[in-house]
Amino acid sequence: MPIEIYLNVAASGLLTGLVYGLMALGLSVIFGVVRVVNFAHGEMMTLAMYLTLMLFSAVKLDPLVLLVPIAAVMFVFGYLLQRGLINPFINRPEHSQFMLLVALALILVNVQLIVFGPDAQGIRTAYSFDSFQLGPLIVDASKVYAAGAALVVAAALFAFFRWTLLGKAIRACADNYDGALVVGLNVKRLYALTFGIGAACVGAAGAMLMAVIDVTPEIGPAYTLLAFVIVITGGLGSMPGALLGGLLIGLTEALGGVLFTPSAKSMFAFGLLVLVLLFRPQGILGRKASG
Amino acid sequence: MTQRINRRQFNKALAAAGVATAFHPFGIVHAQSARLKVGVLLPRSGVQAGIGQDCFRVVQIAGGILGDLGLPGLEIMNGDTESNVDVARSRAERLISEGAQLLVGAFDSGQTTAIAQVAEQRGIPLVINIAAAPPITEQGYKFVFRNFPTAPMILGDAFANQLEVFAATGVAPKTAVFMHVNDTFGVAMQKGFTGVMSKFTMPYKVVDTIAYDPAARDLSVEVAKAKASGAEALVLVSRLNDAILLTRELVKQRWNPMAVLSMGPGWYEDQYLKTLGKLGDGPISFVPWYDPNKKLSKRLEAAHAKAYPDINLNTNHIYTFEALLVAADAYKRAGSADPKALADAIRATDIKDNVSTGPGIQFNAKGQNDKLKNSAIQNRGGKLVVVAPKGASNAKPELPMKAYDKR
Repeated sequence: MPIEIYLNVAASGLLTGLVYGLMALGLSVIFGVVRVVNFAHGEMMTLAMYLTLMLFSAVKLDPLVLLVPIAAVMFVFGYLLQRGLINPFINRPEHSQFMLLVALALILVNVQLIVFGPDAQGIRTAYSFDSFQLGPLIVDASKVYAAGAALVVAAALFAFFRWTLLGKAIRACADNYDGALVVGLNVKRLYALTFGIGAACVGAAGAMLMAVIDVTPEIGPAYTLLAFVIVITGGLGSMPGALLGGLLIGLTEALGGVLFTPSAKSMFAFGLLVLVLLFRPQGILGRKASG
Repeated sequence: MTQRINRRQFNKALAAAGVATAFHPFGIVHAQSARLKVGVLLPRSGVQAGIGQDCFRVVQIAGGILGDLGLPGLEIMNGDTESNVDVARSRAERLISEGAQLLVGAFDSGQTTAIAQVAEQRGIPLVINIAAAPPITEQGYKFVFRNFPTAPMILGDAFANQLEVFAATGVAPKTAVFMHVNDTFGVAMQKGFTGVMSKFTMPYKVVDTIAYDPAARDLSVEVAKAKASGAEALVLVSRLNDAILLTRELVKQRWNPMAVLSMGPGWYEDQYLKTLGKLGDGPISFVPWYDPNKKLSKRLEAAHAKAYPDINLNTNHIYTFEALLVAADAYKRAGSADPKALADAIRATDIKDNVSTGPGIQFNAKGQNDKLKNSAIQNRGGKLVVVAPKGASNAKPELPMKAYDKR
């Protein structure tokens, strides 16, 4: 098989992986600070995808432009969800949190089925069928734009956590809960803000993915699982780990599919996960749990 | 003036009424005035929801046509299989428990296999609308009937029709890549593909076979691999969503095969045509279809066009309608909703006034209609035209396909 096929497939896998990484980044941010595993993550993303679809139908703007209002709406959704529903479960056993979020996921899927129906729905942009040719490489234009937008959003998020007071306060909560309380931080509000930021990441990723794939309510659980595979591979709670995990999973699926059989490409992603769990259980960029 | 009835007259009248009651086919009259309870099992949500919903469209208009044919009424009981084998099994159980006297379904071979097991165990006839996996009618079942071609029948006719198309256009690919979904139907077709193809002198050889997940969200790797094979044509067994994804990838990866030859659903469906517009033109589907020259076809076409003016009549509608036709016809002849009598009546079915391509509806000892024929249909300007077999066609085939970037 010609080498350019591998290059094409690898490029496609990396670009898709960047968007996956942004989606998983939301999961990692939420867990890293709030210590709640969001089992409704993929379903929240399909919600964002449907919001993008509705907004696109109404205003005919590019999904990559719509990602800003969608991220804002999802931020509010995440904030209110944490304040109203998840906050009372923060100190409850993990299985209670699990049941709550699985129930939320089921509700989201079924509401989406009722409202939007089971058929796949997509957005057709001016560049939906375009591709760029760079020598032997033919790269999907939608994926290039979506991956570029994912990089910008991820960079903005890193900058927010590194250089803003609010970002530093959130990191303080993540590093030392008691210490944050002692210095007078409003931890409940910061938790809600963090959940909102995680949901905004998912919202942005959902808007970008609408440029690449069609949405059905059924894809939510698959994306929840994918987000878990990515963050566990990259390191749960690590933001760079989530992006790296996304890139690795995207690349592994793509190359596994072309080297062996495409129908088994997910198997390679799970194979990578097993290897990481065996040899580096905290994930590639994760920190070992102390004590 | 009043007439008085004496004791003897009263006793005679009572005796006459008793005799009349004893010899009158009371059950038959009762059964025919009652509607047959038909459990229609379709994947109306999940991955195959689009196709399940499409099948159901004809269920909603079939009653009027069957009534016009003088057939008894059917009471439809709905069961959504959710595109899931286990759900299909449990829904079949539930419909029977709720009083279904006959089952129809279920589009997908895996789900239909599960329903067939339930139907046989419970002794309730199942008339399969669409499912091509051969084993379903190879189990010795007494209550399972299929008016749909098996995978080898579809493949055999597909190759025969392809040769007719190549001869008519004077264009034939020398190499092809075979892509198929890896569900029950796709794997059954893949298993039969090589064996059946060897019985025909095809102008092309298959240079690669690629299986993929019908629920896949991205088929870029699959298309890249197919393109790398250097094949001139793409031969497919797919579903709806993946047919759309594959076409998008063909355009994006700038691959213009000479022909897209489909042996399954997806490529001729309305959602495919509407989603892709002019990019959806060109593929030829070799599928169980209908003979547009038949009287009942015209009647069904008219009723369908009235109810769904924007939707083309297709395989989903034709075979779901014929399954209901078989049920109503058998119920009329059986004169009873007794499952065994219904099954015996279905076994003796001989419907000449039907819709599908071929001589009509009859079942062999295994419960399979082995007389069905396929057609070749091509997408042209958002419409479907029949290009083979010659006796049931309304247009000439066009090959090679127009390049995607020249449309």
